[in-house]
Amino acid sequence: MQPTIIMRPEMPDTTGKVDLQVRLSGLELFWSHGAVRKTFILLVLAAIWEIYARALGNPLLFPTLTDTLVSLWASILNGVLFDRTLASLKILMLGYGLGVFLASALTIVAINTRLGTDLLETLTATFNPLPAIALLPLALIWFGLGIGSLVFVLVHSVMWAVALNTHSGFRGVSQTIRMVGRNYELRGLRYVFKILVPAAFPTILTGLKIGWAFAWRTLIAAELVFGVSSGQGGLGWYIFENRNVLDIPAVFAGLLMVIVIGLVIENLIFKTIERATIQKWGVQN
Amino acid sequence: MNAISKPLSRFDEMAAVQPLVEVNNVTLRYKTQQMMITATKGVTFNINRSDRFILLGPSGCGKSTLLKAVGGYLQPDEGEITINGRKVTQPGADRMMVFQEFDQLLPWKTVLGNVMFPLLNAAKLPSREAEQKARHYIEKVGLSRVADSYPHTLSGGMKQRVAIARGMAMEPDVLLMDEPFAALDALTRRTCQDELLRLWEETKFTVLFVTHSISEAIKIGNRILLLSPHPGRVKAEVCDVDKINVSDGSAAKLEAEIHELLFAGEGH
Repeated sequence: MQPTIIMRPEMPDTTGKVDLQVRLSGLELFWSHGAVRKTFILLVLAAIWEIYARALGNPLLFPTLTDTLVSLWASILNGVLFDRTLASLKILMLGYGLGVFLASALTIVAINTRLGTDLLETLTATFNPLPAIALLPLALIWFGLGIGSLVFVLVHSVMWAVALNTHSGFRGVSQTIRMVGRNYELRGLRYVFKILVPAAFPTILTGLKIGWAFAWRTLIAAELVFGVSSGQGGLGWYIFENRNVLDIPAVFAGLLMVIVIGLVIENLIFKTIERATIQKWGVQN
Repeated sequence: MNAISKPLSRFDEMAAVQPLVEVNNVTLRYKTQQMMITATKGVTFNINRSDRFILLGPSGCGKSTLLKAVGGYLQPDEGEITINGRKVTQPGADRMMVFQEFDQLLPWKTVLGNVMFPLLNAAKLPSREAEQKARHYIEKVGLSRVADSYPHTLSGGMKQRVAIARGMAMEPDVLLMDEPFAALDALTRRTCQDELLRLWEETKFTVLFVTHSISEAIKIGNRILLLSPHPGRVKAEVCDVDKINVSDGSAAKLEAEIHELLFAGEGH
């Protein structure tokens, strides 16, 4: 007996009339933006702050959000906060850039030679647990009060985190991708930059983010210790200065600035890089 | 049984023409944590231009290891592999690989970027020429529509077709395919096999194809090398496979014969 195929007559009519796509409502679209949801959370936190500070009624211990914002606005207007922030960011860029550069160099040596791998593993195991700020007293002796000491501790705080992540990213690159790269006759630095770096980019970016957060924290902490003699202290020094004169709203304004800069770098710079790279490539959602 | 002969007689017959790829008495070993494993022992075969040469055998016969050795990823312990008379010592773009894994495409490049990448970096073509060539081959595998998409948006079958386009665009001496369709579903696999044959009809490129599926070997190949496992040795070579006729049942017969040969003495 032959198997038979029976054609269904209703088949052609149904095409085109089915609701394949349904538009989401405006509110749903609005709420689906991460930025919207996060702004909402921030507003709630701000409200809690304001209510608590008013209930406490002690501006020396805990000023209200409005007092803080007024102080922040005044400092911005007279240019002091702007100068301090700029001074901090300048040193940050210097230390961060140098740290990332040294980490890259170390990782490239590590990925190409076995001794280099051992060197990287030993150095990161030794120095990664050491808080950068603990090196500051030593740095002050070596480099004196000034940019040199700050950059030194920044490099220390950035370098190991970035090197560790980059190296583990390189090692996590799949064997197939490696073989593809070698198939294309890529070797040495070209192999590293055209295959390993993009393939390991999610982990490298994580390292850069951790390194940035370490650097920012270390810098503010280090500036709390000194900044007076370098004449043009940074944000940390601004906070310390205002605490000394018991201008607590200004202290809070300084802290707020530290947070705001952290948020801006995380949400603007790193998010933009993420969107343009790993999200577009579908290697991370 | 007349389609199957011992490889040596075939070797004599071909001696007059210079083969494209010569694998001469090759023994491959690789190290694991504890021991040295012999993957293949004294394997000899040669591939002529425009051959669709299949390495067929059960798992453990070293067929993938052999392919990697031809690809230059590992060196034979004994014997040698030559291509166009040149000894194979390292990977090169004259032998483009197509892997089984879907992650062989670079996720940070679009389909077009993936096909252009070796053209720019290995063949060192100017970018306009590379793009032209890449688009030509992407069209050949029917993917022009998704040329600007990233690999993660493609299905498994599409990814393998991009990998094939990428290999072919380089116009290599030989295309090395390591079970490229094994991870696909049965329907997509058949489509991809048909497409590979159609592409071969157009350009008559040389393929070395590894598979563990007897029916795939018969469908794709014109010559099949049968390997036995532990360690991999050549058991027989099937020639003129493309003379087989699917409709009169001779393909099924050959399939049964090959099965018998591969698993002889195992009590099946």
